[in-house]
Amino acid sequence: MTAPAIELKGISKAFGPVQANKDISIRVMPGTIHGIIGENGAGKSTLMSILFGFYKADKGEIYISGNLTAIPDSQAAISAGIGMVFQHFKLVENFTVLENVVLGAEDSAMLKPSLARARKELKALAEEYGLNVEPDALIQDIGVGMQQRVEILKALYRKAEILILDEPTGVLTPAEADQLFRILERLKAEGKTIILITHKLREIMDATDTVSVMRRGEMTATVKTAETSPQELAELMVGRKVLLQVDKEVATPGANVLEVKDLRVVDDKGVERVKGISFNVAAGEILGIAGVAGNGQSELLEVLGGYENGTGTIIVNGTEIDLTGAHSDGQSRRDRGIAHVPEDRQREGLIMDYAAWENTAFGYHHDDKYQRSRLFMDNGAIQQDTVEKMERFDVRPPNPKLSAKNFSGGNQQKIVLAREIERNPDLLLVGQPTRGVDIGAIEFIHQQIVSLRDQGKAILLVSVELEEILSLADRVAVMFDGKIMGERLPSETNEQELGLLMAGITEMPDKPIIEAVEENLAHAGAGKEVH
Amino acid sequence: MDFLTLLQILDSTVRLATPLLLACLAGLFSERAGIFDIGLEGKMLAAAFMSGAVAYVSGNVWLGLLAGIGASMALSVIHGLASITFKGNQLISGVAINFLAAGLTVVIAQSWFAQGGRTPQLTGGARFNPVELPFAEAFRDIPIFGPIYAELISGHTIIVYIAALTVPLTWWILYRTRFGLRLRAVGENPAAVDTAGVSVVGLRYAAVGICGILCGIAGAYLATALQAGFVKDMSAGRGYIALAALIFAKWRPWYALYATLLFGFLQALALRPDLIERVLSFKVNGQLLDVLPYILTVIILAGFVGKAIPPRAGGEPYVKER
Repeated sequence: MTAPAIELKGISKAFGPVQANKDISIRVMPGTIHGIIGENGAGKSTLMSILFGFYKADKGEIYISGNLTAIPDSQAAISAGIGMVFQHFKLVENFTVLENVVLGAEDSAMLKPSLARARKELKALAEEYGLNVEPDALIQDIGVGMQQRVEILKALYRKAEILILDEPTGVLTPAEADQLFRILERLKAEGKTIILITHKLREIMDATDTVSVMRRGEMTATVKTAETSPQELAELMVGRKVLLQVDKEVATPGANVLEVKDLRVVDDKGVERVKGISFNVAAGEILGIAGVAGNGQSELLEVLGGYENGTGTIIVNGTEIDLTGAHSDGQSRRDRGIAHVPEDRQREGLIMDYAAWENTAFGYHHDDKYQRSRLFMDNGAIQQDTVEKMERFDVRPPNPKLSAKNFSGGNQQKIVLAREIERNPDLLLVGQPTRGVDIGAIEFIHQQIVSLRDQGKAILLVSVELEEILSLADRVAVMFDGKIMGERLPSETNEQELGLLMAGITEMPDKPIIEAVEENLAHAGAGKEVH
Repeated sequence: MDFLTLLQILDSTVRLATPLLLACLAGLFSERAGIFDIGLEGKMLAAAFMSGAVAYVSGNVWLGLLAGIGASMALSVIHGLASITFKGNQLISGVAINFLAAGLTVVIAQSWFAQGGRTPQLTGGARFNPVELPFAEAFRDIPIFGPIYAELISGHTIIVYIAALTVPLTWWILYRTRFGLRLRAVGENPAAVDTAGVSVVGLRYAAVGICGILCGIAGAYLATALQAGFVKDMSAGRGYIALAALIFAKWRPWYALYATLLFGFLQALALRPDLIERVLSFKVNGQLLDVLPYILTVIILAGFVGKAIPPRAGGEPYVKER
């Protein structure tokens, strides 16, 4: 029997009181794609960072091809033939592709011969694995898809036999993700071992040979992918039965609550980020806005939420709202019945050092019921209110005095949702409602959004997770490069069609799809904002 | 204004630009590696004092230079410890170094020499003396070239020539060597360097060390070449002007040369109010001329001279993140 490419035995790692990895053992066989799936905070990335020498394990042993290997730093991991593609790329933005590949793996003190050799090597690798890059392009000028290929090339240039990819598809369009998986297949065919870390069940099912599931720092199971199902994996991840599909009735849209006409937003660098978009959201429906991050969705939410200026017309319940000036702020939006669950809850939704009860009052702290007199707030009333909200939204632990930073991502999101939904708004803006949220909480959050819709409220949902959009939204609009490329009904479209729209392609191209996608992305310069 | 007067002004431009250039390149190494250094001023001052003191006591200017570099390096190590090892705030550390140097130099000078916080006058071998380049006298009579060679190029101290050579050397190190590539990378994205298996801490200490050496030379130049001995606060804001020049130069070596020459020129003008009066044919307030370099500094820092993008990771201690 061949030795496993990697074997971890009894790895433990704690960050202060948090036990990120508990006695983890895993074997990864050579020439396979091994998936590691788990919720946020399950300890996947910590485990891989230990393997790559980024962190030091408190306990445990690492065997590479059967040999006990110490990996005190990244240099040791690289020497052991391990390469890692981080979720957030580790590239120098104003260096060329070639310089990034060479950095840290130069042949000698002089650059010229190193660069010349790397150029040749890069060409050979590109041909061997279909990893096309432009060696002299600056990283800041190329799209995220190509940046990711540079990261893979970096690893291969260092003779990596084992490649770890951490959430590689988060920033890719579906077509780019498909291409990535084709590349991984090719690497596997050449005998490389690949570890794929993801929270997306579908990627695990499509791409991996074996899958290990992590939950709360522990390895709960390792199974052959062919012998499992998404349902089973989800249960292993969460530890109980979960609904992967959202149960919802057909929408019964009423009158338009939100009408947006020719909205434009210019950012502080003078770049037009939203380029004249128009759409409506009716009472009792969810409009989903899909798109790769950085195509104007954030700016759209910011204008609607009142903290970015824009031009154009926005009508809420029949009256126009101000897009600039004194009456364009969060307070006046709330007065008009707009509630906002922002994309980045840790920056825009909560003050992390404040207690939960303080956070549940933000934006609504002028409410009469929170005042004791003209001068003093009634903190007792706010706390009581928070206790009730926490119960209804199943926030754990239900302690209103705990600071926001001490809740998990899912519970933080529930605090924000409780604050915004309980105000009974006419229009709810929701950005990335389940980003960094565990599967169990996702189910709950989705149910809350649907039930708000069923009460006849209008909901604008912005998400980069296509699956989420398709399962929640009653109508889907796709944004690309600041424009809406098209609107579809979830029942009449599929991920492939939406994926093309996300790359700005409205008609089926007559050349290979990935070429058309890359051409379009390069042309629009989209994705540059994502790092 | 005749040719010879112009040459005289350019000559003092070169002399005055030299400490600025050395300090500017010192800052360039440090900031390109992601360590902001407003302590250039303090390091120059400390180096000026130590070089003056040791040169006086030993009578050997080279020992003085070494002592100056040593003093500057000591402060660099403090800055490195504070901002690299202990991940402190780089600006605070720099300010502390400036105060430390301003106070310590005077106190120690008073305690050693009892001359009111200065070192005694340096003479002879305790100073850097002008170097006469070969053929300076022979070429003097050739029109145009002769006077330029003899007056402007020849006749400076050795440090001026060292400073001039440091510019292409810096360029070559930054853009042609492995060390330079890594140094630039660590100032832009230290995580990229770390995951490539190269020590971020090592690179940053190296950069701060080079910064210390160059600041030491700049400070020694002030006390042992430009003037003959150390006087209180003799760096006179040159460290800050060098920082302004660095921003003006957008952290590039050749532009650092041009920027510091411009500042040197303004300082040289301020020394010749008589000349300004003759050229402009009205009297310009001498103090106004004195503040010209500082006004230019303010204009540059206010961003009127194009957008300067500093190294992206500048000012931030590197903390491992996933």
